Amino acid sequence: MAAPARKPFIGRPMLRREDRRLLLGDGQYVGDLVLPRMLHATFVRSPLAHARIRSVNLARAAASPGVAFVLSGIDLAKLLPPVADHQVSLPAKWRTAIRHHILNPRQALLAQDKVRHVGEAFAVIVAESRYAAEDAAALVEAEFDPLPAVVDPEAALAAGSALVHEEFGTNLIAELSAGKGDVEAALRAAPHRLERRFHHHRYAALPMECRGVVSEYDRRTQTLTTWSATQVVHWVRREVAATLGMPEAQVRCIAPDVGGGFGIKGHVYPEDLLIPFLARRLGRPVKWIEDRHEHLMCSCHSRDQIHDVAIGFDDDGRILAYRDCFLADCGAFNPIGSGATYNTIAHLLGPYRIENFAAEARIVATNKVPNAPYRGAGRPEAALATERAIDLVAGQLGVEPAELRRRNMVRPDQMPYSVGLLYRDGEPIVYDGGDYPAALDKALAAVGGLAEFRQRQSGARKEGRYLGLGLGCYTEGTGAGPFEGARVRIEASGKIYVAGGACPQGQGMETIFAQIVADLWQVEPEDVIVTLADTASIPMGFGTVASRSTVTLSAALHHASERLREKTFAIAANLLECGAQDLELRNGTVGVIGVPEIGVTLAKVAQAARPGWDHGRPPGIDAGLEESYYWEPPTVTWSYAVHAAIVEVDIGTGAVRIDRYAVAHDCGVVINPMLVEGQIIGGTVQGIGGGLFERFVYDQQGQLLTGSLMDYMAPTASDVPDIALAHVYSPSPLNPLGVKGLGEGGAIAPPVALANAVGDALAPFGAEFNTTPVLPEQVVRAARQSEQTTLSGAER
Amino acid sequence: MKPAKFDYHAPATLDAAVGLLAQYKGEARLLAGGQSLLPMMNFRIVTPAALIDLNRVPALAYIRAENGMVRIGAMTRHRAVEFSPLIKERLPLLAEAIKLVAHLPIRSRGTVGGSLAHADPAAELPMVLQALEGEVAARGPKGERVVKAADLFAGMLTTSLADDEMIVEVRIPAMTSRAGFAVEEFARRRGDFAIAAIAAILEGSGERCTKARLASAGVGPASIRLAAAEALLERDGLGDAAIEAAASKAADAVSPQSDLQASAEYRRHLTRVLAGRALHRARAVLRG
Amino acid sequence: MAEPVAIRLTVNGQRYEGTCEARKLLVDFLREDLGLTGTHVGCEHGVCGACTIMVNGETARSCIMLAVQADGAELGTIEGLADNGAFHPLQQAFHENHGLQCGYCTPGMLMVALELLRLNPSPTETEIREAISAVLCRCTGYRDIVRSIAAAAEAMRQDGKGSR
Repeated sequence: MAAPARKPFIGRPMLRREDRRLLLGDGQYVGDLVLPRMLHATFVRSPLAHARIRSVNLARAAASPGVAFVLSGIDLAKLLPPVADHQVSLPAKWRTAIRHHILNPRQALLAQDKVRHVGEAFAVIVAESRYAAEDAAALVEAEFDPLPAVVDPEAALAAGSALVHEEFGTNLIAELSAGKGDVEAALRAAPHRLERRFHHHRYAALPMECRGVVSEYDRRTQTLTTWSATQVVHWVRREVAATLGMPEAQVRCIAPDVGGGFGIKGHVYPEDLLIPFLARRLGRPVKWIEDRHEHLMCSCHSRDQIHDVAIGFDDDGRILAYRDCFLADCGAFNPIGSGATYNTIAHLLGPYRIENFAAEARIVATNKVPNAPYRGAGRPEAALATERAIDLVAGQLGVEPAELRRRNMVRPDQMPYSVGLLYRDGEPIVYDGGDYPAALDKALAAVGGLAEFRQRQSGARKEGRYLGLGLGCYTEGTGAGPFEGARVRIEASGKIYVAGGACPQGQGMETIFAQIVADLWQVEPEDVIVTLADTASIPMGFGTVASRSTVTLSAALHHASERLREKTFAIAANLLECGAQDLELRNGTVGVIGVPEIGVTLAKVAQAARPGWDHGRPPGIDAGLEESYYWEPPTVTWSYAVHAAIVEVDIGTGAVRIDRYAVAHDCGVVINPMLVEGQIIGGTVQGIGGGLFERFVYDQQGQLLTGSLMDYMAPTASDVPDIALAHVYSPSPLNPLGVKGLGEGGAIAPPVALANAVGDALAPFGAEFNTTPVLPEQVVRAARQSEQTTLSGAER
Repeated sequence: MKPAKFDYHAPATLDAAVGLLAQYKGEARLLAGGQSLLPMMNFRIVTPAALIDLNRVPALAYIRAENGMVRIGAMTRHRAVEFSPLIKERLPLLAEAIKLVAHLPIRSRGTVGGSLAHADPAAELPMVLQALEGEVAARGPKGERVVKAADLFAGMLTTSLADDEMIVEVRIPAMTSRAGFAVEEFARRRGDFAIAAIAAILEGSGERCTKARLASAGVGPASIRLAAAEALLERDGLGDAAIEAAASKAADAVSPQSDLQASAEYRRHLTRVLAGRALHRARAVLRG
Repeated sequence: MAEPVAIRLTVNGQRYEGTCEARKLLVDFLREDLGLTGTHVGCEHGVCGACTIMVNGETARSCIMLAVQADGAELGTIEGLADNGAFHPLQQAFHENHGLQCGYCTPGMLMVALELLRLNPSPTETEIREAISAVLCRCTGYRDIVRSIAAAAEAMRQDGKGSR
């Protein structure tokens, strides 16, 4: 008789173990760290967008009270190399298949010859307090020879433009292209054609915690420990070791509690290398905490693509050809290379069947903050182009936009569906399951239904009120490789220690991996100890970016546990004098199947596994009860969602109020539904921020005009609605648990869903909204330009 | 973003505060609520040689009604105004407008005197003072003088006060209980500064308008009274056509600037739209 | 005179004394001089609200107050919310309703929520959103914070703890 089945922890909305310390004010973020004799750093940052550095005089700063050390980029250049330029390697499969040409501008740790964006650091001050360091920073005397600022990416490509990196002779940093079929022939042959330009503006993550690094060098052991608010501790460790010329084994990188990352803490920044350098050089711990003003002008921005699209379609609105030539403005440097841009290419086709497709991307350097992946990482830009184009095609044909999507969507009976392109990992893109039409139906139902809305809309128009419905559909490759590492160990106490390469920033990973391991080992989650974001706990790891940690770490834990279980059973069988095949895991023990009284605790097995005299291991079984596994996913697994937004537009002021918003989402098997919903809603609100409020604005001289939170407008609770959620479940066939990634998805569709909604609201005015964000002034202009204006009073 | 060093004074009397202000000859700043000053100091946009902290001077925060005049001490917190039954009863326009000022934690500290002295063109209080025809009492080394709202706001972030003068009291005639009033503001998010705002007060009966007062915020270097619009209403009454015409006059009268958040043209457009809405709402209140 | 100033204040019912520069921000004084790192720095210009604490029973931004302005004041911070480790109903509600993810804005959210429920023990969703619009959150999208506060309000009404 088998043991009664235990209700799994996977799938339960378990409360988070992280909460206690955070709710009590006991969280430890990098800014909370205090070490004996700690010094504080501040960076001196360029006030100009583009200039040669003629001289930097630090004498007055060095003499300022409380200053311990000062350093300019000119001096540092003699001591350290620039940041390594291949932060993300591209697999050979991709490199041989995709036409590409990629230059990699090297970023000096401190600018030495030129400054290339407002906010680029060219000197650092270390002092007894941040206050004293800032006083000294104000005394730094720097002379610059200004150069013309490169601000417009199209102008940057024109002959005669100033060059951000003279050594390349061009501002064209990369070119990539991919396609299938014969798009030119298909465009020519198509009964209808539509061409438009779409611009997804520049905005970014704005985590509530800015970046920060604390480093300490231990002379006795010659080891360096660096705490960084980062998503990639192993990357940081590798680069710090390389920069300082130390073995990796003597560098430890820890990310403590991190206050949000969303992608922009997902690579190695110059400060990640400079602070450890300073700590070792000065023989005292050094702390640097980024302030918000700095953050806006030196933590990476994102999005910022201009798409020129041509669509060929037939009388039924079936998309026959899709060509997209786009520019990505990468700013002064390009830390993640082609990552986000190729994501755009790979996601342009979305959930649709389109046989003829070509995308050409050009990445252009400008004198702005570097562009790095942020929640969505190239996919929102793709969604903007595709989903706006679909609405425009629908408008041209007089077809309901939802219906046009249905006609073009990959159907569930066509799964798995080969798209005909390669993903960033070099593998063919295959949509591995899902029901896009069902998601569309659910999203519409969740906002009250399409027919009901059209009635409401027409009634409102008669009263001079403007309601609109907009959709945003996307597919998302998640759980990308190259790998993730997990370590599972059973202690003499019987507790299960797991370590992994993932780096949480609020996702609740300690909780979900405890749930997963509890199920894998049939123990209680309280008996699972989870260690993440510490290079000392596991030798190799990749980190948390690209919606990958649930997928990759759960698979690594699964495989590590599978191997460890074999060993555990072998030892238990030895203790119980039975065959390993007769054993099962139950409630923290290993027991004989069908015989509830016979078993041995995991604690006893662990004790028996120890080396030494009188151990309990059978011959041929080595000591210790631990396994590591580095899981390399076969390829990405595909999440998707449909967003539906209903807005009311006030054509007098241009205000856009979101009346209803729904997301129908599929991320495969759900580990913790409470946390899944939190991720979707959080991402969606960030997307709404980008759709209506948030933007980085540069003037013609490359000055950042949005340098405070008064100008860079993140949405508050009063600016966003409650969001309705609907779920579809198509388990992934590509990993043991059937999970798919979901961290980014929410942010992908809102900008285009809102642009579509406002366009639908203002359809009587013939207005199109092909840029983001949609701003009130644009709405007023669109309404006024039309002869159908219903503003009271004579037009001025 | 740490402020630069400054000499710090916390005078215990008003005279001492005035004396210090004069002593520093414009190089010192008064610390009232600090909700506008501290952010600028943290950015090091301003680096005063000294701060004169008014928070230890007694008896500068009060709300009283005397002889039809509401008297508000300069150090009265916005929050106190918000929760004051006296303000709600005598100056309901102010009670409505104060809720638009930032968020409650800011209103806990920000002061009425501080807001008026800061004279942000997009702030609500200068507009309300204009609409209600209030005045401030300003004290300097030579004594105290009264400055009417119409004479107080000289330009962007500038008042007509001298370097050695400070506001000690704000005086506003109580509104008549029969007045209609409204504040219409357009801001990007709840609590933001106004991109455009109009405060309107109407008195009259039937179609006749005996008194109209309109003031603006966010659409010029300072808050102004919209006199031509007021005159039109007082002449032509409160019908729909008159309100529309007055709103157009209001839009003609303002001098908006273009900036990151809005162009001048759009601000002028908003002035007209918001003036119309404010007048309609004020009229509805008037007619009960 | 840029001399140090002496500060005596009460935080969460406990008396503290310290000395610092007059220019030291209250949030830095709490975190560095008093070791109370539960209150967070998010923007240093009074917008994000992560630094929101109670000053004499009213919420205020500690990043745009000088420490010296708190001399003689009674402050309340997140560290004072629990009762000997036992969660306040607000903390319990945030825990049960996933009202936090990274936890960075949480100190500000809790203070603002505490004040709201003191002033308005039965807030509507709109009123809750209006109150918490004083604090920015990037993780949650606000829905679960609103639910947490509504749940706490309900629990506190039932317990009669409305005035706590």
